[in-house]
Amino acid sequence: MKARHRRLALIAAGLAAVGGAAALILNAFQSNLVFFFTPTQIAAHEAPEGRSFRVGGLVQPGSLQRQPDGVTARFVVTDTARSIPVEYRGILPDLFKEGRGVVAQGSLGADGVFHATQVLAKHDENYMPPEAADAVARAHKAMEQSKRTLLEPK
Amino acid sequence: MIPELGHFALIVALCIACVQAVVPLMGAQRGDPAWMALARPAAQGQFVFIAIAFGCLAWSFVSNDFSVLNVANNSNSTLPLRYRFAATWGSHEGSLLLWVFMLSLWMTAVSVFSRHLPAPMVARILSVMAMVSVGFLLFLLFTSNPFERLLPPAADGRDLNPLLQDPGMVVHPPMLYMGYVGFSVAFAFAVAALIGGRLDATWARWSRPWTTMAWAFLTVGIALGSGWAYYVLGWGGWWFWDPVENASFMPWLAGTALIHSLAVTEKRGGFKIWTVLLAIIAFSLSLLGTFLVRSGVLTSVHAFATDPRRGVFILAFLAIVIGSSLALFAWRAPRVGLGGAFALVSRESALLVNNVLLLVAAAAVLLGTLYPLFLDALGLGKISVGPPYFESVFVPLMTPAVFLMGIGPLARWKQDAPLDLLVRLKWAFGVAVVTAILLPLSLGRWTPLLGLGVLLAIWVIGSGFVNLRERLVQVRAAGGVTVLRALPQLPRGYWGMLLAHFGVGVFILGVTLVRGYEVEKDVRMNVGDTVAAGGYQFRLDGLSEVKGPNYEATRGLFSVTRGTRAVATLNPEKRLYTVQQMPMTIAAIDTGLTRDLYLSLGEPLRGGAWVVRVYHKPFVDWIWGGAFLMALGGLIALTDRRYRLARRERAPDAGPMPAAATQGTQ
Repeated sequence: MKARHRRLALIAAGLAAVGGAAALILNAFQSNLVFFFTPTQIAAHEAPEGRSFRVGGLVQPGSLQRQPDGVTARFVVTDTARSIPVEYRGILPDLFKEGRGVVAQGSLGADGVFHATQVLAKHDENYMPPEAADAVARAHKAMEQSKRTLLEPK
Repeated sequence: MIPELGHFALIVALCIACVQAVVPLMGAQRGDPAWMALARPAAQGQFVFIAIAFGCLAWSFVSNDFSVLNVANNSNSTLPLRYRFAATWGSHEGSLLLWVFMLSLWMTAVSVFSRHLPAPMVARILSVMAMVSVGFLLFLLFTSNPFERLLPPAADGRDLNPLLQDPGMVVHPPMLYMGYVGFSVAFAFAVAALIGGRLDATWARWSRPWTTMAWAFLTVGIALGSGWAYYVLGWGGWWFWDPVENASFMPWLAGTALIHSLAVTEKRGGFKIWTVLLAIIAFSLSLLGTFLVRSGVLTSVHAFATDPRRGVFILAFLAIVIGSSLALFAWRAPRVGLGGAFALVSRESALLVNNVLLLVAAAAVLLGTLYPLFLDALGLGKISVGPPYFESVFVPLMTPAVFLMGIGPLARWKQDAPLDLLVRLKWAFGVAVVTAILLPLSLGRWTPLLGLGVLLAIWVIGSGFVNLRERLVQVRAAGGVTVLRALPQLPRGYWGMLLAHFGVGVFILGVTLVRGYEVEKDVRMNVGDTVAAGGYQFRLDGLSEVKGPNYEATRGLFSVTRGTRAVATLNPEKRLYTVQQMPMTIAAIDTGLTRDLYLSLGEPLRGGAWVVRVYHKPFVDWIWGGAFLMALGGLIALTDRRYRLARRERAPDAGPMPAAATQGTQ
């Protein structure tokens, strides 16, 4: 009996430990997920306030400006339907270019400016970040749908 | 002509692999020595033909044969010779060819260094490896033919991705693949044992050196990849928890668990089923890593032109390999037996808990890597899981694991007295606590996390020394020799373990100190400006234009001083690779034992100024130093006497063969 009790206690302890680990992992997972929003969604106030998220789209041509300190950059990210101003302090990646795809991670300020803590452009000159491509594709689809709804009543 | 020859060699290799996958296995089941004997020549023949194919592709790259699509897409006549050669595995097709080449290399190694193994065992192992080979050869030939022609031929190639034009990248893929593919040997051993129903301490002794070797290669491969990210991506990070990195890290975690579990199986005959399961998991994760990186589900420097057929093929292959090996496991594992019992406080339980923690960590990485992919595939939205998740999971999981690393090697097998262990380890713990308080304070800042990191690192190293001292005392007491005489008497396997564990300590120290004390500055600099970071002054002396073989660059001329003493001159570059019109940041790093000075050029501003990123990174090189110590420990353990003895003892007598053969056909 004694051996059996000990084994039961061991199994219980093992299960508790694994359960604890699972709880830890899922909790960390839950609180560290970063969601993605398109500029259109942000314009519709779907993006969370005060929580970090990602925005993707194209860098609007002619929108990149350097602040006088030389290190802070401002640019506009657009999905061709709506756009959002982004501010980033630091060095932009090599493949960051106006008219090209970009993904920024950060949070939305009360002033409507997206304060990025990280700006990603990917490794290859032909390559568009999938989030950015997705944002543009969704905007196109939405525009086509709205056109159709305008035409149909005729 | 050469590419067709290579293509043909691959087809021949596939035919051989098909035969090798079936005939020796059936021979082992029927107890037919002739059929079993086919395994070795088949493996070596496969190697010869795959080597020919690989040589043909390398030749096409080196000789600038732009009529081959793969070459035209990934090379250029201005590319330096060493990168033209490395471009052989710089593309999707080429890297898969490298994968199969490595597999045939391991197969040949098994066929040569297995004279001491019973014939049915060898036959089964090589058959299982051939099955894996068939899968990959089919994949190569049907979806990713590296020898596809381009008609009409291109005048010149589109160049290798500039990010890959780096010496580290010449070595990183072969090392990583040696590790990935090396786990196929452990996998084949496990499956062969399941089929044969023979799984004991001798089996563990056979498969242990193979697994350790694969693990050491994987460790080096990952460290090289991380080092590449550090100095080539130009932004000073060494690990990003990028899915591609995770893909190589998961098999490493499972492999680490496996080499420890194998130790128990060899020494105590325990953990048998667990070891087999781990071998299957480690190789499955290697395959999953290949799938993630090669199928194009992940977007990174590793993902090439995506073709949905490829993803589907690898996914199907993955399902077959994992599904059938797990089914075999479920069917045969009960025959294998559990192994000896042990008490709560013993080396076995320390190793078991470590195993579980490593596997839970691997599962956590798997969740963070796959969940976003699942959501995306199901159209439920795009999310990303960043470093904060992985860090908040890894610290609490690895803390007890590293703590047990100090205790496990000192604990006795089967049972130990907890109080006794406490007394033996009190010095190591005391030193660790004192260092954890004083070292961060002397460096200027103390936080709980910094203290914890230093504590764990010193604990691992300190308990290693306690362990070494105890062993020396034992040897001396037994043989009455001096310490210097006693040192070489300790087995190599023991030295390897000690060194690898020291490596973990060094690694943790490096990670802790660089995270705690690094200084990063993004500044605008004109010629003549000075910036201070970490007690060093960085002065921009001038800028110059440079022309390389396939790029143009702006080079910054910086001088670094500390007080009045000149420390280094650093020349970071901003390159534009002309063929792909791709800009690249080439960082300049002054490496030192206690710190790296790291400079990279951002972008030009109006008036000739540049945005410059300046880093002072204390102890960052200890990260890779620790990883290389781990790998070195693995390699030293491989040279242990008992592996050579086992081979010599077994070689002449064919005694166990018939016995094992009958066992296999039961």
